[in-house]
Amino acid sequence: MQLQEKIIEKILLLIAFSSIFILALITFFIFEEGIPLILKVGAKAFLLGEKWIPSKGLFGIFPMIVSSFWVTLGALLLGIPLGLACTIFLSEFIPPSVGAFFRPAIQLLAAIPSVIYGFWGLIVLVPLIRNHLGGPGLSILAGSVVLGFMILPTIITISEDALKALPPSYKAGALALGATHWQTIWRVLIPAARSGIVASVILGMGRAIGETMAMIMILGNAVKMPTSFLDSARTLTTNIGIEMGYASGDHRQALFATGIVLFFIIMALNTLAIFLSRRRAR
Amino acid sequence: MGCQRSRTGITVAGSTSVEPFAELLAEEYMSMHPKAHIYVQGGGSTAGIVAAFSGAANIGMSSRNLIDAEKKLYAVTIAKDAIAVIVHPSNPFNDLSLDKIIEIFSGKTAKWKEMGGPDHPIDIVTREEGSGTRESFQKFVMGKVDISLGALVQDSNGAVRQVISSDANAIGYISLGLVNDRVKALRISGVQPSLANVNNGKYTLVRPFLFLFNGDPAEEAKSFLDFVLSPSAQKLLLKEGLVPVVEKVG
Repeated sequence: MQLQEKIIEKILLLIAFSSIFILALITFFIFEEGIPLILKVGAKAFLLGEKWIPSKGLFGIFPMIVSSFWVTLGALLLGIPLGLACTIFLSEFIPPSVGAFFRPAIQLLAAIPSVIYGFWGLIVLVPLIRNHLGGPGLSILAGSVVLGFMILPTIITISEDALKALPPSYKAGALALGATHWQTIWRVLIPAARSGIVASVILGMGRAIGETMAMIMILGNAVKMPTSFLDSARTLTTNIGIEMGYASGDHRQALFATGIVLFFIIMALNTLAIFLSRRRAR
Repeated sequence: MGCQRSRTGITVAGSTSVEPFAELLAEEYMSMHPKAHIYVQGGGSTAGIVAAFSGAANIGMSSRNLIDAEKKLYAVTIAKDAIAVIVHPSNPFNDLSLDKIIEIFSGKTAKWKEMGGPDHPIDIVTREEGSGTRESFQKFVMGKVDISLGALVQDSNGAVRQVISSDANAIGYISLGLVNDRVKALRISGVQPSLANVNNGKYTLVRPFLFLFNGDPAEEAKSFLDFVLSPSAQKLLLKEGLVPVVEKVG
């Protein structure tokens, strides 16, 4: 019996390690393919170069870094207020009968494949923007709106957990001191759950920066530096997605190098989120 | 009792411009040879060339001419394809000179108004770097002039057509065989992109569709190539809007 358990334990350990091993393998491969190109063109020319013309050996991804953050910022401008409002409603005001329907509906948002979001954006949102605001329609604005919806489930589920994890005495105490329900939420509960809410936003940000398929469809993928929300743009992920099929040699390595940059951004965001939620636990 | 699938199939991979036609030919071929398996994959011209070199594909497909380093491959032109410059059907222009097209795609002319059209910005739509269609367009039309970095980039002929069919201000280029009534093909300096004008040499925006082999074609791959070059297959390509390479088709 003892032996059998030991064996099962070891097998489980092996399986657990295999997923980490695969992660290490992917990381190694991305760096192995990408680093030579960064060294070749120079880190500064790669990160801060403004021209991406692989056929001429120009591999500047600065416009894509800027675009990635721009699209993400736009998504947060929409996602944070909507997400926070949803969270407050869900945790404080919702009648149980509605909640039974509402929560799964929010989770369903996360289950919709991103290509569907992209298709919806392309067919509905893009013509709307083109006809009413000008520009080609395929734009940062369209991308931001779609991403804003895509990050809602992340923001809502994690910040609702943060609110739920608060000791009931906070709310009871505030109400007993004569605060209204709204004052309790705004002055006591939200500030107390702040680090969890911030963590949810940062994870949403990671989700937004990593999104590829929908963005290829609605950003227009132009490689110049965007100057307005109505401009077409190319993010780091879409650069890889749109060009990988055709790339070879230096061009292919440059796409892996783009992946390295993305890797560091996502790592930084996730580390920050983990750090913040740990602080909350203390 | 495992699944015992015979591994005799051949893989044809590369240019997304050639892919739909290769699929059609493969279907036709497989209906004639029920035991044959031909797997057609996209990936792009450059990927097709790489795949032919590495042996990942038995046949590589390319919609651009090979550069010197790639000339070690055995290349067979299976058909020719014209590239059409397309706009939205509501666009008032029907004819543009080559110089005007260069000015538009380089971003020098930014509004249709500058050429006497409506007061709207021009939305340039191009293909991504590495695309055979883009490389041919660059070579035949733009020459040394760069395509504007502000151009929208779409990653297939179909996606370019989709964007242009829904944007009245857009201009782009796709394979002539894929032009439909949702977009309008422009005359270039008075020459209509048509099979007749490609054949008589008046329309020069023409690129080859290549099948690439690492060494001489053998066995199934050779048999498929022979079929593709046969009059019946060429007739099929003609019907799909390509320019056959075999004389006296049909």
